[in-house]
Amino acid sequence: MTPGLAPELTTGTGPRRRFVLSSVPSDAHMWNLVVLQLFIEEMGHEVINLGVCVPVDLLVDRCRAEQPDCVVISTVNGHGYIDGVGVIDALRADPACADLLVVIGGALGVVGDRNTGLAGDLLDHGYDAVFPVAAGQTGEAMGRFREFVAERMRLPV
Amino acid sequence: MTGPVRHPPFGRFVAAGHQAGRLLVQPRMGFAGVRVMRDGLLAVRASGVPAIGTVTLDSYTRVGQFDEAARAVARGLDLNGFPIVTHGADRTARMLHGVVADDFPVQVRHGSAQPERIFRTMLAAGLTATEGGPVSYCLPYSRIPLRTATASWTRATRLLAEHPDECHLESFGGCMLGQLCPPSLLIAISVLECLFFVEHGMRSVSASYAQQTHPQQDAEALGALRRLCAEHLSGVDWHVVLYTYMGLFPRTPEGAKRLLRESARLAVRTGTERMIVKTVAEAHRIPTIEENVQALRIAHEAAASEPAGTSESEMDTGIHEQASALVGEVLGCAPTVARALPLAFEKGLLDVPYCLHPDNDNRTRSVVGPDGRLEWWNTGRMPLPAAVRVHREPLSHRRLLDDLDYQRRRFDQPVPA
Repeated sequence: MTPGLAPELTTGTGPRRRFVLSSVPSDAHMWNLVVLQLFIEEMGHEVINLGVCVPVDLLVDRCRAEQPDCVVISTVNGHGYIDGVGVIDALRADPACADLLVVIGGALGVVGDRNTGLAGDLLDHGYDAVFPVAAGQTGEAMGRFREFVAERMRLPV
Repeated sequence: MTGPVRHPPFGRFVAAGHQAGRLLVQPRMGFAGVRVMRDGLLAVRASGVPAIGTVTLDSYTRVGQFDEAARAVARGLDLNGFPIVTHGADRTARMLHGVVADDFPVQVRHGSAQPERIFRTMLAAGLTATEGGPVSYCLPYSRIPLRTATASWTRATRLLAEHPDECHLESFGGCMLGQLCPPSLLIAISVLECLFFVEHGMRSVSASYAQQTHPQQDAEALGALRRLCAEHLSGVDWHVVLYTYMGLFPRTPEGAKRLLRESARLAVRTGTERMIVKTVAEAHRIPTIEENVQALRIAHEAAASEPAGTSESEMDTGIHEQASALVGEVLGCAPTVARALPLAFEKGLLDVPYCLHPDNDNRTRSVVGPDGRLEWWNTGRMPLPAAVRVHREPLSHRRLLDDLDYQRRRFDQPVPA
């Protein structure tokens, strides 16, 4: 067991939460979404996977309807810093989605980790957390995401 | 003023190359600007190896966002390909003037689920060879309904078929998600898309297959594909095209080159006519012109040193039987291929493992087996022989990550001395 995590969230037997998992409008990559769905399901939660190239309107509609415990935006085509802003602005502008827990992660920029300074910009726009993934470090980023989820969801809802 | 450049028929060029015992190699090359695109094509033509030129389009054009592509061009921003609709037929024809020749055909590669405007523009610019398909460019890369893509591809294919010059259309069905799709399903989709093209009047097609994780399995698959093409495509011109591995690519230059060489040898050994290469930059960024030319030369040298083979492979693990069963079941479910394809996905007769598109059943699963071959883990509702194993337990994300990374690990390891 990872130290510091609530036991029910590391064994997959704790409270089952609902996640909406989505790409951004311009990103057709699919494997990141497939792996993340399995990862979140193994944490014991339910995943509504919206798939690739998700239009912002569709994402907002589904989030409004599902009221998920967490929205996960995953993108690897290098436009995440641009497209990610449009996504969070739209979510925060909708009263029904303004308070949702929303995170973004993946290969967010076109030049790898040199872009990490831009993560602050995404936080300023309203993401609760940003998980940039450098080449070959998928596992580390997923570990950080897992810890974030455990910590946030241990809080009384 | 330059008009459209007349193209030698693509299929005839490929057949002549094959008869002369040459593997034709082709890059996946596309640049935003007219000048650099032209320079790239000229460099491929001057590479000194038997090659075909490629104009790969950008992702805005792929999804029909022509305004976005135009904005990027106006600002001089870099795109990941040539925005052919934005540049238009005249500029594209001028870009190609003096490039296309009797010994140098050029193919357009685009990735679009609704390619009509792309096809109209390329035909007006004098380009007559392209690729894709109603399934292979819909399920993996878009979220439009399969029936919408099929209707669009019906109209688009007719544009090519009714053009006065002979056009060529290649199915991208041999790639589906780039990796982890077992060979029998790749073959079935590729053959079915070729049949769809022929149904709408095409007289020259190619069936594709992407290199997977095991050379013997790939050889058996290419033999099965050739056999099914011979059975189903009599009366039209056809050939087979191999794609160098389309999944996560080795990060080291040496690993990338070894994987590329392995694909070239596979092509020659199986009598494959044409191959589309990958470069050493694949895992990192969009390759330069020089990296593309280098990849063509490496592939050509590896091919030239491999003795030509026949399509007979030494081992039969049932790939042809599985693919044949899938093709037969799908053709039997409707009077036309255009109606059969969406229906087959609706019924789960075809089901691409892990594919999240809403019209895919997504019950099938696949793994890299203990010997490195791709195996079915769960065949969902597909009509495959009962001998194919079905596992009930779900796969872990760790296993999936390992399988996705299999080729990269294998080829990035230093070769033992």
